[in-house]
Amino acid sequence: MSAVKALKEERVVAEHEGRQITIIPRYCKGCEICVKLCPQSVLEIKDFKVHVARIQDCTECMLCEIRCPDFAIEIAGKGKKGKS
Amino acid sequence: MAFNYDKYMRPGKLPHIWCPGCAHGIVMKSIIRALDRVGLDKDRTVIVSGIGCASRMPGYVDFNTLHTTHGRSLAFATGVKMADPSLNVICVAGDGDSLAIGGNHFIHACRRNIDITMIVFNNNIYGMTGGQFSPTTPHGKLASTTPYGNPDYAFDVAELSMGAGATYVSRGTVYHAIPLERQIADGITHKGFSVIDALCTCPTTYGRRNKLGSPIDMILWFKDNTVGLKAAQKLSPEELEGKILTGVFRNDIKPEYCEEYQKIIEMAQGAVAGG
Amino acid sequence: MKGKEVFFQGNEACAEGALYAGCRFFGGYPITPSTEIAEILSNRLPKIGGAFIQMEDEIAAMASIIGASLVGKKSLTATSGPGMSLKLENLGFACITEVPCVIVNVMRGGPSTGLPTGPGQSDVMQAKWGTHGDHPAVVLAPASVQEIFNETVRAFNLAERLRTPVILLTDEIIGHMREKIVIPEEGVLEIWDRSRPDCSPEEFLPYDTSKGIVPPMADFGSGYRHHVTGLNHDASGFPTNKPSLVQPEEERLMAKVTENLDIIEKYEHLKKDGAKVGIVAYGSSARSAKAAIKQAEEEGIPVDFVRPITLWPYPTEPTLEMAGKVDVIIVPEMNLGQMIDEVQRCILGKARVIGVNRVDGDPITPENILEKIREVV
Repeated sequence: MSAVKALKEERVVAEHEGRQITIIPRYCKGCEICVKLCPQSVLEIKDFKVHVARIQDCTECMLCEIRCPDFAIEIAGKGKKGKS
Repeated sequence: MAFNYDKYMRPGKLPHIWCPGCAHGIVMKSIIRALDRVGLDKDRTVIVSGIGCASRMPGYVDFNTLHTTHGRSLAFATGVKMADPSLNVICVAGDGDSLAIGGNHFIHACRRNIDITMIVFNNNIYGMTGGQFSPTTPHGKLASTTPYGNPDYAFDVAELSMGAGATYVSRGTVYHAIPLERQIADGITHKGFSVIDALCTCPTTYGRRNKLGSPIDMILWFKDNTVGLKAAQKLSPEELEGKILTGVFRNDIKPEYCEEYQKIIEMAQGAVAGG
Repeated sequence: MKGKEVFFQGNEACAEGALYAGCRFFGGYPITPSTEIAEILSNRLPKIGGAFIQMEDEIAAMASIIGASLVGKKSLTATSGPGMSLKLENLGFACITEVPCVIVNVMRGGPSTGLPTGPGQSDVMQAKWGTHGDHPAVVLAPASVQEIFNETVRAFNLAERLRTPVILLTDEIIGHMREKIVIPEEGVLEIWDRSRPDCSPEEFLPYDTSKGIVPPMADFGSGYRHHVTGLNHDASGFPTNKPSLVQPEEERLMAKVTENLDIIEKYEHLKKDGAKVGIVAYGSSARSAKAAIKQAEEEGIPVDFVRPITLWPYPTEPTLEMAGKVDVIIVPEMNLGQMIDEVQRCILGKARVIGVNRVDGDPITPENILEKIREVV
């Protein structure tokens, strides 16, 4: 199960079995690049900002992080690809 | 594992000024990772830009940064580099900035083979002023100043750079952000003038007007319409029709300008010593 | 003055003065009648470990010297009319970013290509207001080969002390004229360097005016990483469009000049008993004016004389004083009337002002001026 908590009000962190997806809502411009790139449909847009909907499906492929133009997503995991 | 961009960012400057879906941020991230990959000393690195959307990039990163006048980044950078050749000098510029108003500086920096890395954020349009056609807007495309289609033909940045004498020339895209990062890193370590043609997107002023779809549609277009140089060798001219070539076009060794000038200094000083 | 006597051309004296002042970078582009300055420095700079570069155009030359100055090198460029028009873009950049540098304009005749090998003085208003936007202007106008040397040194000193570009306006006549001059020994003329920060890099603000109107300047590469932009900016160097920050920034740029007149202003003021005629002249025209004054005196006509050596800011005080004494002020200049407006502005209607103007490529002769003196007396 994922737990969501806010750090310094700026970083919204989703966690699941050692994996973290951090969203910085203030940086996100809601362009949907990450949402559309994610092969596992982990991300969604809600109220014009990206939102982690299914962290358990994330494979840490980094497609979203590398191509988020707004520095709004960070993925931290076990450092290996594939479902953990 | 997430890359720690914070190490290179100036605190408190984000969110940046670029529009939602603008791919400039992807190029900026590739540059930052490339700088990290090369391990440049922040104190000994100068990042120079001109005017336009791309030229706002240096303001976000924690180096010696110089935001100059329209098209002139390479001219300022040449002064910086000549004044202290031990500095690492990188220029960032848009396509209009570097190739139209800055076109003369561009070809002459290529010709001198001065050790500067030029990264062209090539989104085919003048974004900041609202979408006028640039030297890389394809023929026939719409812009705010080509309401009937662009009568001009575009520059091929790689061909232009090679023709003018640049010794490292590559092209990447924001879809291929990791190869782009590698090219930028190689361009920085290359001794001589490097040009990286970074194909990116302007959904707001170019994509919308030309009905190119959403930001992600424009990025994925690169996936389907570019061919790596090696792969291209195996394809027929018909198969390559309409495709954009990516990869490293040139990586040559040639005397670098500041090193050549150092020889002049030694020659002149030898002449003094010898009377 | 202790030093070495030489027989120098004006442009040669300019190059020599630059080296004396500590210039270590020249970025230029060939243009008559200034090219000798570039040629000499292309030879001399590498001998002392400096750098010379011939850029692809005048715009780039101006940009390159700003780049070099940001790294801490005293930098020079030299040009003439058409080239000056191109340099103006980045001159404004140097003004707003407060980067010290020196620009020499060896004036020639005419708008556009005009008279490339003939003298002119028609860039004096361009020197003041050429680049767009409000900006400070420090412009020096020497009138002899020795003065070109000394004023080049002073141009560098003022650029460094005020963190602003300084223009040295000469013209084809004094640029190409040869005279005996003294190159002073090292230490005879004072040399100023920009003040650099004494705080830690972490505390450094590139436009910190807490200790004075001219902020200390850090060299790129010295560990004081900072941002330089041609946009209006705050003390941190980053862009701002806050009215409450932009207005004082722009006013401070101007105040750097208006509050430092004691080191900037320089003029010659010659007074004669009973003079009812005065002359204001600068640069090579001032030489003819002096000859005319001498001849007039022999004819029994005393003439007062004001010669701005710093042309901008213009020396109001001596001009106003002269206007209070004489009936007529003659302003000879190799243009169709430019500084004459400035003279008129500062004398508050206290005298009649008339010009002697030539733009035909020949110098204003002493006779041209003498005729006018006789006419008004």
